[in-house]
Amino acid sequence: MHSAETLKRTPLYASHLECGGKMVPFGGWEMPVQYSGILAEHAAVRERVGLFDISHMGEFLVAGPSAERTLNSLLTNDVTKLAIGQAQYTLMCNEGGGVVDDLIVYRLEPTVYLVIVNAGNIEKDFEWMNNKATVSAVIENQSDRYAALALQGPAASKLFDFSAALPHFHIQRHTVFGKECWVARTGYTGEDGFELFCEAADAPHLWRMLLAKGKEFGIQPCGLGARDTLRLEMCYPLHGNDLTEETTPLEAGLGKFVSFDKGAFVGSNVLAEQKAKGVDRKLVAFTMTEKSPPPRPRYPILANGRKVGEITSGTQSPTLGIGVGMGYVETATAAVGTPIEIEIRGKKFPAIIQKKPILKKGS
Amino acid sequence: MNVPKNLKYAKTHEWVRVEGDIAVVGITDHAQQELTDVVYVETPAIGLRVEAGKECAVVESVKAASDIYAPLSGDVVAVNEELSSAPELLNQDPYDKGWMFKIKMSDASELNELLSPDDYAHHIGA
Repeated sequence: MHSAETLKRTPLYASHLECGGKMVPFGGWEMPVQYSGILAEHAAVRERVGLFDISHMGEFLVAGPSAERTLNSLLTNDVTKLAIGQAQYTLMCNEGGGVVDDLIVYRLEPTVYLVIVNAGNIEKDFEWMNNKATVSAVIENQSDRYAALALQGPAASKLFDFSAALPHFHIQRHTVFGKECWVARTGYTGEDGFELFCEAADAPHLWRMLLAKGKEFGIQPCGLGARDTLRLEMCYPLHGNDLTEETTPLEAGLGKFVSFDKGAFVGSNVLAEQKAKGVDRKLVAFTMTEKSPPPRPRYPILANGRKVGEITSGTQSPTLGIGVGMGYVETATAAVGTPIEIEIRGKKFPAIIQKKPILKKGS
Repeated sequence: MNVPKNLKYAKTHEWVRVEGDIAVVGITDHAQQELTDVVYVETPAIGLRVEAGKECAVVESVKAASDIYAPLSGDVVAVNEELSSAPELLNQDPYDKGWMFKIKMSDASELNELLSPDDYAHHIGA
């Protein structure tokens, strides 16, 4: 893994220390896991508004007349469906259909796309895209140039006067507190919110101004701990846990982000075959049905006393107050409502397979 | 950081309050801050024979499960039942309402192996 000396710091490192951030290693970066506490930060995002540093995420620009064809040959979703200013969730697979990364593509201009990749995968993805691109497009790794902030929660839209003009899953250029940003109405929490991509040098100013402006709405700086519990309640997969190069988008239940009618892409043969034959295992969501220790990654999942899979993500849901998680199980035991057990330190605790997302809005 | 003067401490961040031949055990203020929001506590079974330095309980935060070590050898004679419904007591009141279990000591000389408040404060860099 990474030693402390080699961990990268975002332009907001000093801001985190100022806010009392507890710094931990994550995907090669030194990031705040929490400030005041995961439970309080989680609640702030569900009930009010929270601010996250997501500068560790990677930003690639893909540009040129063949950008669209290049992306369509590398990614599972159909990028030609994107209008200018629109966003799309998509996956990048290897030849075996395994997930190299999951990402968001924004169409900024007719032939310019912004691609957001996971922090730990930046170098791998960049190399992969350059190696696998069959047509020539300019692919630039702009990750060091850009910082990124996520403002998430039901009150997030109150901080900007352009909120009403920026639809969900769209991106626009805006001047925010004097700084030029790409502002997207996207996020990883299940709440309304924005992701701002700005020049690295502008990030501390934006961080400070957003916290100041958000004060009247009860804003809270939030760390990776809350980011993880928030996304898990929504069953948004995390690459490295729920998605790996050994699991496919279809096994993960992400078939709607795989286009089979757009032409060939890396992994499309295997995925088409898997779609026709059906998958042997599925990524399911579950909740504990009795009081238990929090379920955690790699704990065994049992059905009728037999191991049928393993947890890939698990925690105590701050919103629901019970253990929740996701994991791959044999298809025969993957149906919603199937009773299962989670083995924790040698003891078995009952759980039930749930429809995704675990957190139903209005619940 | 709160390091009460009337307690003894293990390097692994448990505190001990001696009441006759009984040792009351909990985790320190420093430990609860490091663990963050505690959401589940697994106390040892009453009657369990524990050995100094061996794990005997688990405290779980949202992020992780952490082992708690017996600071002294002996038999567990009581556990704090309240922690099962109110694990947050470990964060809110680690030295009083957040006590975890009581050991009937089998070898009181082991107390000499524990840290004084000053030594523990030094140990955590406070």
